[in-house]
Amino acid sequence: MTRLMVLLTLLLTLGTTAYAVEPSVKVSSTTTPAIAAPSGTAASVSVAHPAPAATAPVPSAAPKLKTNRLITMGMFLVIIGFTMGIVVWAARQTKTAADFYTAGGGITGFQNGWAIAGDYLSAATFLGITGLISIAGMDGFMYAVGPMVTFVTILLVIAEPCRNAGKYTMGDILSFRSSPKVVRGFAALSTVTVSIFYLLAQMVGAGKLMQVLLDIPFRTSVVGVGVLIVVYVCFGGMKATTWVQIIKAGLLMACGVFMSVMIMVKVGMSPVRFFAEIANSVPIQDYVRGVLKHPLAVPGFDYGQRYLEPGLFLKSPIDQLSLGIAWLLGAAGLPHIMMRFFTVPNAKAARKSVIVAMFLIGFFFIMTTILGFGASIYLTPQMLTAVDKGGNMSALLLAQYLGGGAGTIGGDLFLAFVCAVAFTTILAVVSGLVLASSAAISHDVYVNIIKDGKADQKDQVRVARITSLVVGIIAIILGIAAEKQNIVHLVALAFAVAASGNFPVIILSLFWKRFNTAGIISGLTVGAVTAIGLVMVSPNMTYPKKIAADAQKIVVALEKKQAEGVVLAEKDLKTLDKSRADYEKNKNGTSMLGLDAPLFALKNPGIVSVPMGFLAAIFGCLLFRERRSEEMFNEIYVRQNIGVGIANATDH
Amino acid sequence: MAKKYDWEAIAESPKFRELHRRKRNFLFGWWAFSAVFYFLLLLGVGYAPDIFKIKVIGNINVCYLFALLQFVASWGIAMYYAYVANKDFDRMTEDLLIEIG
Repeated sequence: MTRLMVLLTLLLTLGTTAYAVEPSVKVSSTTTPAIAAPSGTAASVSVAHPAPAATAPVPSAAPKLKTNRLITMGMFLVIIGFTMGIVVWAARQTKTAADFYTAGGGITGFQNGWAIAGDYLSAATFLGITGLISIAGMDGFMYAVGPMVTFVTILLVIAEPCRNAGKYTMGDILSFRSSPKVVRGFAALSTVTVSIFYLLAQMVGAGKLMQVLLDIPFRTSVVGVGVLIVVYVCFGGMKATTWVQIIKAGLLMACGVFMSVMIMVKVGMSPVRFFAEIANSVPIQDYVRGVLKHPLAVPGFDYGQRYLEPGLFLKSPIDQLSLGIAWLLGAAGLPHIMMRFFTVPNAKAARKSVIVAMFLIGFFFIMTTILGFGASIYLTPQMLTAVDKGGNMSALLLAQYLGGGAGTIGGDLFLAFVCAVAFTTILAVVSGLVLASSAAISHDVYVNIIKDGKADQKDQVRVARITSLVVGIIAIILGIAAEKQNIVHLVALAFAVAASGNFPVIILSLFWKRFNTAGIISGLTVGAVTAIGLVMVSPNMTYPKKIAADAQKIVVALEKKQAEGVVLAEKDLKTLDKSRADYEKNKNGTSMLGLDAPLFALKNPGIVSVPMGFLAAIFGCLLFRERRSEEMFNEIYVRQNIGVGIANATDH
Repeated sequence: MAKKYDWEAIAESPKFRELHRRKRNFLFGWWAFSAVFYFLLLLGVGYAPDIFKIKVIGNINVCYLFALLQFVASWGIAMYYAYVANKDFDRMTEDLLIEIG
């Protein structure tokens, strides 16, 4: 077993090196996309980004985040070595399917709470939300509230019933009193869809991040991350994944606390003084003036305070409401979060784990305001947006600054440490996603559909390992293919599909007597299709005609200047040429679906797709009555409430 | 294989009905509360920016405090739920489990 593992690791590493040799296009660090995770719509903010602020001082050369490669690589190797040790230890104890998917149910509530926090606080939350706050002020913090409140939903209506009624997957819960094979097929499809959207965003984000941090090609980073995850999941299963998540959560919390304390010490530990610093910062005032497009300061307007008020970037309350719905219900329908509740022995432990996770996650989100605003005060939003448009590097730059600045040993060390934490974060989150998809394919499709539930333990574990390997390889291929794609809306989409497809059918299965097969299928399908469909025709997609129109505006403005006899600076001439080219290239283009302009005005489909999912589930179920599922309701109902007969929850 | 239970009988038993009624009221009630409370923040930010701009302590405004209150409220609900569940629901569940063997 161990020898096989070493061999595979070696083989995959060789593959990675082969990739590394391949020449790659040098991408400047300024193009890192928002590595959004729960923050789903980092896009909303980055799209509403300040148009080149007229008054903001433009730095002469674009600043760049420079890591000390030796120290950073060293930190990464330490982390990889340590986690591999855990994998070897976990692999020895992974013998049955239950060990593989749920660590044999032997995780305590407290440990699981840390693991949930580790699963949920992705690189997006750490780098993304901190970054959003550092460049968008209070609007950025609004992105942290929804992902926190969603845990009330998970605690009250999801965690304990799922623990009591399920075994390994969402399919277990849904197929309980319906036609098992059909429902499992749909549940697996939905799980894989949601996980792949989420996974793709993480893989591309990870690739870009590693590219910047280690100065290695994009492909190498994606392959490297993918290989590590395949090894973690294939060999270590849920046990290794859980411990990687726990360690990552610990490192992340330690990192956040340490940096927050360092910032608060600078302002005498006084929140009032901290906020006064933000409002009185001259660069922030200039930045806000640029965002508001006030060429001259309006007398009496408190630009610094405006940064602390909402609505500087977020202009569409309905879109925010729509996103709010997706958040409130989406996390509760995410398969990789749901799967975490199967790893604890009983409902009481599931409850405890959510509560532990809520405190960790909430505490961390509140710390992001100190980190984000701290970065705005000490590094200025102008510099942060110059390094990365979406502010994704803010937390890392802040670490470098707090350690003593670029080029100092302290700065390099601290930066390397925070980079390593970000790296572990990606590994932990992607491992959870791969495990959830693999469980859906091997447990729902292979064991229960193909084998009628009659597969022995050895066979089950073998298939689970193979599917993990396949899912991992698919993730690597898709990640490489999506390098140039705008992946930010994929996470929003994952949340929207989970909220509109999965959530309604889970709730109705657990709580509504008449709910049945037809309802599950119509709910899952209509919810997911509506959410995906609306995003495909929403402003999230690229509309070439819009780009052409914008380019034309610039061309007209600059040509008018020329006609007036103004000699254009070299920079303006370049812009003119580029805009003309953009116009020519895009004037006849259409979006992926052949549209000239978005059909659906909102970026977030939740406000329409969630009700659609519920309605479809209810109508579908009323159209086709099913006596068996009504008769069996009492069983699932008693079980999900009191947890009797958990062990044989799927032996029907 | 675990023993066969008469699910119908358990579901109809007064103890289960009482547990179920209390749980349902508690869970859906607090869930609805947390949803409404969260939408108040979104609606306030979107439609009542003037209220959310009011400075409360120094430069700290209503918006930040209300957002923090969301966290406190979520924690509060979680702690209260844990208290009630440990005190009542778990005890009632255990009674029921003993009764049905």
